[in-house]
Amino acid sequence: MRNTLLTTLLTGALALGVLPASAQEVLTVYTYDSFTSEWGPGPIVEKAFEAECKCDVKFVSVADGVALLNRVKLEGANTKADVVLGLDTNLTAEARASELFAPHGISAEGLTIPGGWSDDTFLPYDYGYFAVVYDTEKLRTPPASLKELVEGDKNQKIVIQDPRTSTPGLGLLLWIKSVYGDDAGDAWAKLKDRVLTVTPGWSEAYGLFTKGEAPMVLSYTTSPAYHIISDKTERYQAAAFSEGHYLQVEVAGMTTKGARNPLAKQFMAFIKAPGFQDAVPETQWMLPAAETSKPLNEAFDRMVKPTKSLTIPSEEIAEKRKAWIDEWLAVMSR
Amino acid sequence: MKAARRTPADPRFLGGALALGLLTVLIGGAFVGLIAEGARNPGAAWAAFDSYLLRIIRFTLMQALLSTALSILPALLVARALSRHPTFPGRHLILQLFAVPLALPAIVAALGLLALLGRAGFLAPPLGALTGEPWPGIYGLSGILIAHVFFNLPMATRLFLEALETVPTDQHRLGVQLGFKAWNSFRFIEWPALRKALPSIAGLVFMLCVTSFTLVLTLGGGPRATTLEVAIYQALRFDFDPSRAVALTLVQLALTVIILALLSRLGADAAGEANLSVAPRRFDFPSPRESIANGAILLAAVLFVVSPLAATGIAGLSADLQRLASEGSVHSATLTSLWLAFSAAAFSILLSFALVRTRHALQTQRRDAPPSLFERLTDRGAGYVLVVPPIVIGAGWFILLRTVADLFALAPIMVITVNGVMAMPFALRLIRPAHDAAATRHDRLCASLGITGWNRLRLIDWPSLRRPLLAAFAFAMALSLGDLGVIALFGSDAVKTLPYLLLERMGSYRTADAAGLGLFLALLTLALMLLSDRLGRSRQ
Repeated sequence: MRNTLLTTLLTGALALGVLPASAQEVLTVYTYDSFTSEWGPGPIVEKAFEAECKCDVKFVSVADGVALLNRVKLEGANTKADVVLGLDTNLTAEARASELFAPHGISAEGLTIPGGWSDDTFLPYDYGYFAVVYDTEKLRTPPASLKELVEGDKNQKIVIQDPRTSTPGLGLLLWIKSVYGDDAGDAWAKLKDRVLTVTPGWSEAYGLFTKGEAPMVLSYTTSPAYHIISDKTERYQAAAFSEGHYLQVEVAGMTTKGARNPLAKQFMAFIKAPGFQDAVPETQWMLPAAETSKPLNEAFDRMVKPTKSLTIPSEEIAEKRKAWIDEWLAVMSR
Repeated sequence: MKAARRTPADPRFLGGALALGLLTVLIGGAFVGLIAEGARNPGAAWAAFDSYLLRIIRFTLMQALLSTALSILPALLVARALSRHPTFPGRHLILQLFAVPLALPAIVAALGLLALLGRAGFLAPPLGALTGEPWPGIYGLSGILIAHVFFNLPMATRLFLEALETVPTDQHRLGVQLGFKAWNSFRFIEWPALRKALPSIAGLVFMLCVTSFTLVLTLGGGPRATTLEVAIYQALRFDFDPSRAVALTLVQLALTVIILALLSRLGADAAGEANLSVAPRRFDFPSPRESIANGAILLAAVLFVVSPLAATGIAGLSADLQRLASEGSVHSATLTSLWLAFSAAAFSILLSFALVRTRHALQTQRRDAPPSLFERLTDRGAGYVLVVPPIVIGAGWFILLRTVADLFALAPIMVITVNGVMAMPFALRLIRPAHDAAATRHDRLCASLGITGWNRLRLIDWPSLRRPLLAAFAFAMALSLGDLGVIALFGSDAVKTLPYLLLERMGSYRTADAAGLGLFLALLTLALMLLSDRLGRSRQ
């Protein structure tokens, strides 16, 4: 045990930079931990950018996008982050209000975000659409619209996530809000009977779905690509909804501290480059925000392509989120 | 703490006072951090008190009380059955298996239960045939209760058994000589020991159920099933509203104090046995009829606990275990898990031992006077840390330390401290019955022979406490292995443990890998428990 402990302590000390490392310039990027996991894009992006900048990229990862913003806000101007990568468009209004982010100065040219991009503080690195993913072995005819989902057979259940604790959960709330507007409450009252359960996060919901507990789950249009490419199965498919799909865009921002580090600006520009974007599709299972060097795996061509992408402005979400969640709670707790 | 100063300086008081001081600093510090941050928006704390809060309080209390009753009552029967049959093949294995649920992340256990009782579960076809319609699964209150019983019944059984094993063998011999049948030996020998332990074990289970989060949301079927813990998590993680989080935590703490005070009326203080037992071993001979009944109880309990574990294991076998076992990230996560859990367990045992010793010394000294506040704190008081959510401690200390220290370096220390503290109430309950029984027997002897300090620890205490201490150590380690609540803001890079890796795989579609890691975690826990059992038994 003592040897193990020593090794771990030493490795820890090295990793924490207690022992002297080489005197390269350092870029510190705060992100969430599925980005830096060995399956995530982190290792690929780190290698590609370090080759370009001859610097040392240091990732610091916290639990998720929300924890990321909280952490940066708590650290304030003392933050070590040069770049914060992993917020989504639901959080950008709040992040902007913190005044901890500086304009990125990168042109929006070449970005492939549906509906265009005009934010000069936050730069997108990937995007996706929320979708109902279903099990073709259990469900012959999936709902063809949000209306059909809401009003369909009560015995065909769906697992959703809680908007109080998860991003996709909030996504469905906003999706229904953007389609039903003031009638969202009634829509939830109908959908309620189809909901098998509401999980705290995406993992739990998807776990229940793949265990066969429910034939449908709230996920992304690109989820089936994972099963096609990695599991070699077409069993799980996303349902195309005629009203359109709600868009989620994941973004990065340069902090005011990062604005003084030339590497930060270089990294922001790198986000748009193929060196970063090539890693996105098959690690994040989202769509790239800009051109990749090779065409995507053909499985992505077979994914649902929404006829319309739905969004609600970040400022409006920041202002009304609480009221909308209260409305959801009131209906769902009945 | 004041009481400590008034009493004559017994060195045994010092340990308990230090342990309590440390707990106060840990919890108090976190609150100071959160309140300082929340002071910018003081109205938010009051805004927490609305009708929504009342509703979730009602639900929290109802599910926790029901879960406690459903876990404790069967646990009494199971523990008694185990104690009536001190040797039968597989007994040790059952006891060690009973510790495994504690080390499993909630979602892994939930999936194990659903593999049996879910809509697509193994038992769904027969259950559907029984009810005449498609089996709806166990979503709703029933699912929450089943899951809580799955976690807590085995744990409570082990704790009750620990209490039963402090009954001197002389009493059993006397019972046999008096011709006691099963009922009489329960009434006069076993029940007093169980009743003494009942409030504290029921309190522990209650606290665990109050703070349940993932299970309640996942199996509860909708936001009707919302506990205070969910609201605290939401306040801190999603809304980042520290004053609200503190207000809700205080509500949770106050409710627990009230319920535990009520529970304590179920108990009774039985006097310890001051004489050394002369009977060499147990002499009870359960009648054939009782043996059959006990066998049925044990079989039911084992089936209930082992089948979801087996389902978890079978799901794990479908993973590419060979690849997993050769992955560098799995190795480093295993090492990280082991050294964090080892350190947390060691810390936990130190804390518990200090508290147990101080409490016993205080109780002996006061004789028949009512217990002082100091004594109460070393007893039940210290256990209340369980209802302070780790995320509250983590966030509070993050705020306090963000400007003065390197937070990345502090993450492991934070994990060890919080896990150690959270495991302390369990360790306390495992150590206390044996310690108090041994101390009652040895205190005067040692005093008259002048054996004190290190000699006493080595010659007198260690031989009689070796087994419970090792069991408590393994238990604490198992608990720490499964935990991952504290580090949300600190950053996970330095503390990527097995459960962390498991959830990460689950979060990136790799459900088979996650199942494989679940199996691995369960086996690791079982190995730990078997090892501690072996070390505890040898040289006896």
